[in-house]
Parts: sequence; structure tokens; C-alpha cells
Amino acid sequence: MAFDLDERLDEGRRVGFFTDTSICIGCKACEVACKEWNHVPDDGLNFTGWSYDNTVKLSADTWRHVAFVEQRKPLGHQEPGVGDLDFRWLMASDVCKHCTHAACLDVCPTGSLFRTEFGTVVVQEDVCNGCGYCVPACPFGVIGKRETSGTAAKCTMCYDRLGAGEEPACAKTCPTDSIQFGDLDELRERAERRLEQVRAAGAASARLYGHDPDDGVGGTGAFFLLLDEPEVYGLPPDPVVTTRDLPSMWRQAGVAAVALLAGLAATAWRRKR
Amino acid sequence: MVPKADFDSYYGRPVLNEPTWRAADIAGYLFLGGLAGASSTLAAAAELTGRPRLARAAKVGALGALGGSLYALIHDLGRPERFVNMLRVFKVTSPMSVGTWILTAYGPHAGAAAATGVTGLFPGLGRAATVGAGVVGPAVATYTAALICDTAVPVWHEAYREMPFLFAGSAAASAGGLGLLAAPLSEAGPARRAALAGAAVEVAAAARMERRLGPLAEPLKRSGLLRLGEALSLAGALAGATVGRRSRVAAMAAGAALLAGSACTRFGIFQAGMESANDPKHTVQPQRRRLARARAERDLT
Repeated sequence: MAFDLDERLDEGRRVGFFTDTSICIGCKACEVACKEWNHVPDDGLNFTGWSYDNTVKLSADTWRHVAFVEQRKPLGHQEPGVGDLDFRWLMASDVCKHCTHAACLDVCPTGSLFRTEFGTVVVQEDVCNGCGYCVPACPFGVIGKRETSGTAAKCTMCYDRLGAGEEPACAKTCPTDSIQFGDLDELRERAERRLEQVRAAGAASARLYGHDPDDGVGGTGAFFLLLDEPEVYGLPPDPVVTTRDLPSMWRQAGVAAVALLAGLAATAWRRKR
Repeated sequence: MVPKADFDSYYGRPVLNEPTWRAADIAGYLFLGGLAGASSTLAAAAELTGRPRLARAAKVGALGALGGSLYALIHDLGRPERFVNMLRVFKVTSPMSVGTWILTAYGPHAGAAAATGVTGLFPGLGRAATVGAGVVGPAVATYTAALICDTAVPVWHEAYREMPFLFAGSAAASAGGLGLLAAPLSEAGPARRAALAGAAVEVAAAARMERRLGPLAEPLKRSGLLRLGEALSLAGALAGATVGRRSRVAAMAAGAALLAGSACTRFGIFQAGMESANDPKHTVQPQRRRLARARAERDLT
């Protein structure tokens, strides 16, 4: 519960994704593997016309989404091969962050969303009544309501595969190991080493995203190495779990309720008229 | 080459997923829930001060609004037949869970109050139910502010300090409006005063909200529904307090304006939130400002 923001998950048993976008080649094998393994329904055959990205965003029916960003900037010491033009292509496979303080989990009124033994956040489809509260609660725009079933859906980090000792389908299929699965504390160490390496190669704008347990969501179970600001990839620069402010919200609502009670009682105070 | 991308966002796409809530259901519920809750309190106050006809009108109005609320809430579910799953748990971190239990406590009281008020049967039970509904009513009317503020929707979340007061004011104004519409002039005093105070609080809370939110207030300031709501509420309240004291027809018109004003305000708040969720600028820019502020504070110390 986000009311207790000092709460830490048992990091020793927590698994996660480290998505190193510097080596993503935009093949979308993760999107396909996820769809196939999890029987995620069709999310529309759309042509955006803006890039190779026709998947557009994460939703109930898209649990991995590869973003494509084209920029006239140099990428480290790399030779772009287009004459004098500086050019770099950013590709990044986005996924549910499995937050330490997960707003979707906090606000779910049925208990359908729960924290698994692996530290991940999963929807129980047979409990969800489709109230949709988790959708606007998510600061990353991940979870959605599925039209066909009327219930909420998102990445489970392949809960069934984890139970069988297998890694999630996206990580398993990623041909460059841009998506790495493992114990979260080990992944964080690996990411720090990789960040130093990428910066040494000249990519000064490289940074980790979601790795910090002191950020607004208590750190994420799925974190990233990005080559530009988070919003360039469609990620919020400083996400905060909405329930962090809920104690203040309850206090304000309580004061307003008492004021309403007192005010309406006062209107009837005078007997006549 | 593809058109130049806007690097403040990913091709101008929203960061958040749009709420799946339908305006007719959820904005409608914000209005009906407020009307029901405040009407029950007004009914209790009227009954305890010897205004039986105002009390009866408010009780029947509260039950009707509650019925509409329950219909809207269940209709908005993706799996309406599973609405009872809300009763599996009680979670203080989920305003929807807390609200479910508030409604569970409130509903039977409001129902019994209306049934005994209309039939005149079991007056003792009716009095107890009327007082019970009147005490729980304000919670029904204000928890909905926490409900929408406890999201990542920028305008709703950031407005959490004023939202409960705006909702309380709007609820009082609508209950006053119902009283003006349905109660005789001789008993409508509390309704007139509730409308006046409610409309004043509603307008003051909205003004304060828009000032404090700064650039994020843009969807609120642009909202024609919010302006119309304020105008109808103020006009209804003032008309009710002046010509509405003498003329039954004027009182009814003022009451109708107050009800319409409250509904416009709720739909306006709902709409402004949806707009802010759909514009990446409203998600990214306040977060950027927060990061810059934190960095500046770190540099100072």
C-alpha cells in the first residue's frame, strides 16, 4: 500500500526487466512473442505514417510496445553513414513497470490486482469487474480495459512462465538481449556497469530510468537505459504514485464533509421561514 | 523522411491512457451522488426543525438520485454482473472501495427515510433512518472528489485540495435547488440558504483551484461548461433568495437553474480532466517543473 512509502518489497526475491534501449534494433520480436504466449488479442492493424511504429502505445491489448524516434543528433562516436548529416535512431521496447508503489494495485476496489511472490503486479481476470479505476491511476499509461472482455489487462511478466522457472517470452526472444530478465538487484548492478560503458562510448545523454528506489513510485521492477529524456520515448519524466497524496485527499474530503453537514444544519437553524 | 517529431513528447501522443469512464455515467454520478447526499442532510435538518414537506421532498429526491447513481455506476462497469466483487474487500487506498462501503451504509437509510416519509408508516424508524442518511450524506457527496483526484489525471490530481469543497458546494447548491423546486415557499428557507452558501463555496473553490494550478488550469479556464455551471448556480441562488421568496414559479425556476448549474459544473470538471489526460504537455511540463525545483533546492543546500 502506498500509504506506507517507506515500505520496501523483499528485493532479494524480486525479479524484473532491464531494457537496454542502446542495443534495441526495433525488430518487435518482443511484441510478437508476448502476443503469442499470452494470447493477447488483436489491437488493430493501423498505419500511423509517422515512423515504423504502428503499435502506438501500451494498452489492454499491447503489453510490449517498441517506440521509434528519429533525431538529427549524433549517437556517441558512431558514423551514421548519411554524409555530413548527424542522425540517430532511438528504439525502445516499453512494458509495464511493475512499480514498487503501484497505483493500479492501490486503487483496485475488488482486489483483482495483486502483488505476486515475484514482486510483480498482476490482474486476476476472473475477479476484475471492469470499473476502470486502474486505467487513469497508472502514471505511465500502461494498463487498459479490454473491449472484448470488459476487464482490465496488462503485462503479467509472464506469471505462468515465472512459476515454471522460465523467463518471460519477450526477454527469451529478444535477439540482442536488449530485454534482460533476472533478479532485480543483480539487474541494477548490471545496468550501472552498462551505463558507464555507454557513456564512455560517447553517448553522454544516456541515463537509467526507473532504477532509483527513491523516485515517486519507489523504483520500478522494469527499468530502462535510455539515450534521451524520458518524454522523448513517451515516458513521464517524474512519475509519482497518485496514492502518495491520498492521506491529504481524505483529510480534505473529511473537512469538506463536516463543513457540509454543519452548513446544511445551520441553514435550518432559524425555525421560521 | 518522416515529419519532424516533437521532442517534448512522443509524436504528440498522450503519456497517460485515457480514462475509460463515460461522461454520462461518471460525471452524471458525480452530480447525482452530490445531490443525493446533500439532500439527505437537508431532509434531516428540515425534519428536525418542523418542515415536513421540505423534508419529504428532499428524501424522495435523494432516493431518486441514489437510484440514478447506482444505475450509472453499475452501467459503467465492464462486467456489470460482477459489481458485488467490490464487496470482497475494504481498501482505504482505493476511494472507490471506500465509496462502495459508504453507499452500502447510506443506501438503506436513504431508502427507509423516503419510504417512511411518503407512507407515514413507522415514524420512529423513519426518524432514525432520516438522521442516519443525513449524517452519512456529506460523505457520499464529498468522497467522489477523492475518487477522481486519486488518479494520475493532471488536472484532477493537482486540484485535490479544492475539489472536495467545490463538490460540497455544488452538492449543497443542487440540494437547495431541489428544495426550491419541490417544497412550498413557507418551508423553503433552508433550501434558499443552502443554495446561496453552496453556490458561493462552489465558485470560490473553483476560482482558487484555477489560480493555484497555474498553467495546468488551462482546461478549466477554457471550459464553457464550468462557466455556464457557475453562472446558473449563482443566478439560481440569487433568484431563489430574492424573487424566489415570494413567487412559487420564480422559486421553481431558480431551483431548476441550480440543478442544471451543479450538473454543468460536474460535467465541466470531468471534461477538463479528460482533456488534461489527453495532452502530453499537461503530464510532462508539471513534472519537468517539479524536477527543476527539486534540482534548484538541492543546489541551494
